[in-house]
Amino acid sequence: MGGKGGLGLWTIDGGAAHDRVMPHDHSDHDHPHSLLPPDPALRVKALETILTQKGLIDPAALDEIIDTYENKIGPKNGAHVVARAWSDPDFKAALLENADPVLAEMGYYGRQGEHMVVVENTESVHNVIVCTLCSCYPWPLLGIPPGWYKSDAYRARAVREPRKVLAEFGVTLHKEQAVRVWDSTAEVRYLVLPKRPEGTDDMDEAALTALVTRDSMIGCGLAARP
Amino acid sequence: MTRIHDMGGRFGDGPVVSEPEHVKFHADWHPRALAITLACGSLGLWNLDISRHARERLTPKDYGRFSYYEKWMAALADLLVETGAVTRAELEQGTSDGASDLADKRLAAAAVAGVLANGGPATRDSNIAPIFAVGDEVQIRSVPENVMVSGGHTRLPSYAAGATGTIVRLHGAHVLPDSNAHRLGEAPEPLYAVAVKARDLWAHPEHPDDEVILDLWQSYLSAP
Repeated sequence: MGGKGGLGLWTIDGGAAHDRVMPHDHSDHDHPHSLLPPDPALRVKALETILTQKGLIDPAALDEIIDTYENKIGPKNGAHVVARAWSDPDFKAALLENADPVLAEMGYYGRQGEHMVVVENTESVHNVIVCTLCSCYPWPLLGIPPGWYKSDAYRARAVREPRKVLAEFGVTLHKEQAVRVWDSTAEVRYLVLPKRPEGTDDMDEAALTALVTRDSMIGCGLAARP
Repeated sequence: MTRIHDMGGRFGDGPVVSEPEHVKFHADWHPRALAITLACGSLGLWNLDISRHARERLTPKDYGRFSYYEKWMAALADLLVETGAVTRAELEQGTSDGASDLADKRLAAAAVAGVLANGGPATRDSNIAPIFAVGDEVQIRSVPENVMVSGGHTRLPSYAAGATGTIVRLHGAHVLPDSNAHRLGEAPEPLYAVAVKARDLWAHPEHPDDEVILDLWQSYLSAP
């Protein structure tokens, strides 16, 4: 293992060129994580084993957390909010004015969604959400972030060339529409209220919910047409 | 000086590849990594800002090569050792040397729903009054560094440093990460949403009307 004694600074490359000796970053030596196995699955397993043995985590609690984000909390929550805003002008006004009490009343408060702001897409403005410094995301409304939201490419590019990024999602904006990119640099989490699609005047809230995609609430998609 | 995690505006990354909504995790160990990290957060040994900083101070080489949850695991292992919850020897041998005296703080399965539902609000009472109002023009600090701790945590992205923007929202007083990440106190102060024109950030903006809005603390801002 790298990190043990003087020779620990050198790691034998176990790959095809196993006769080569690879230099190991000296600074890694100070990071305790380098003592864990390099394979990520084994790293997680080792941490879980140690922490369970020490009584610091309860595997049943881990199962409960996973079940929450796999099965209970996801974009359906946000879709419910959007469909209601499309259907009820008073609700929409209250949501845009001060989202927190409105969302709390619907039961959509919680970790990584303590301070919510909802921003509305209109004929003149299209909103996009990003977190360039990490991957902040409104968990109680959308669940855990998708892989692309956490990717270097999205974090790097969404602020500088949002229109090119949107094009990669198949979204083309009108020339008159300005793009507002919200970089989530604090504990405020943002949700986009997408434009209600045309041809949905007769649809009720439940039917509208099905049109609200996750990506439309991040601003990288539009609501589906019926 | 910018650091590896501060990548807004960076050139050279490839396309953004979308994925279907039903994909939650990309490997069997991802949900375990997520859950272990959240469960350890409940031990009360660190705060959110400390855990973010732990990910950001991975070496640039590790930050670049690690996937999202690998960063989480590496930062968690570092924090567990730094706070004395786990020893280096335990990490190396992969087994425990004995029960922890923090075991009574362990997150129980029955408590999970409550902990996730309660969250951890960052708003606080503050004796620092807002000095800017919606519509005011502000100058963003020109050096995107922590002014209290050299090389410390900050939430001022380098791409916005030195730019002039306009206050579009006051969020109230929030915990200051630059202080809280280093156990220097929560130091709450007013937090604003600040709109900056894309043309004031980039040499080649895509559209004259586009803008980027960032959440910035009062101490990051001054009157122009």
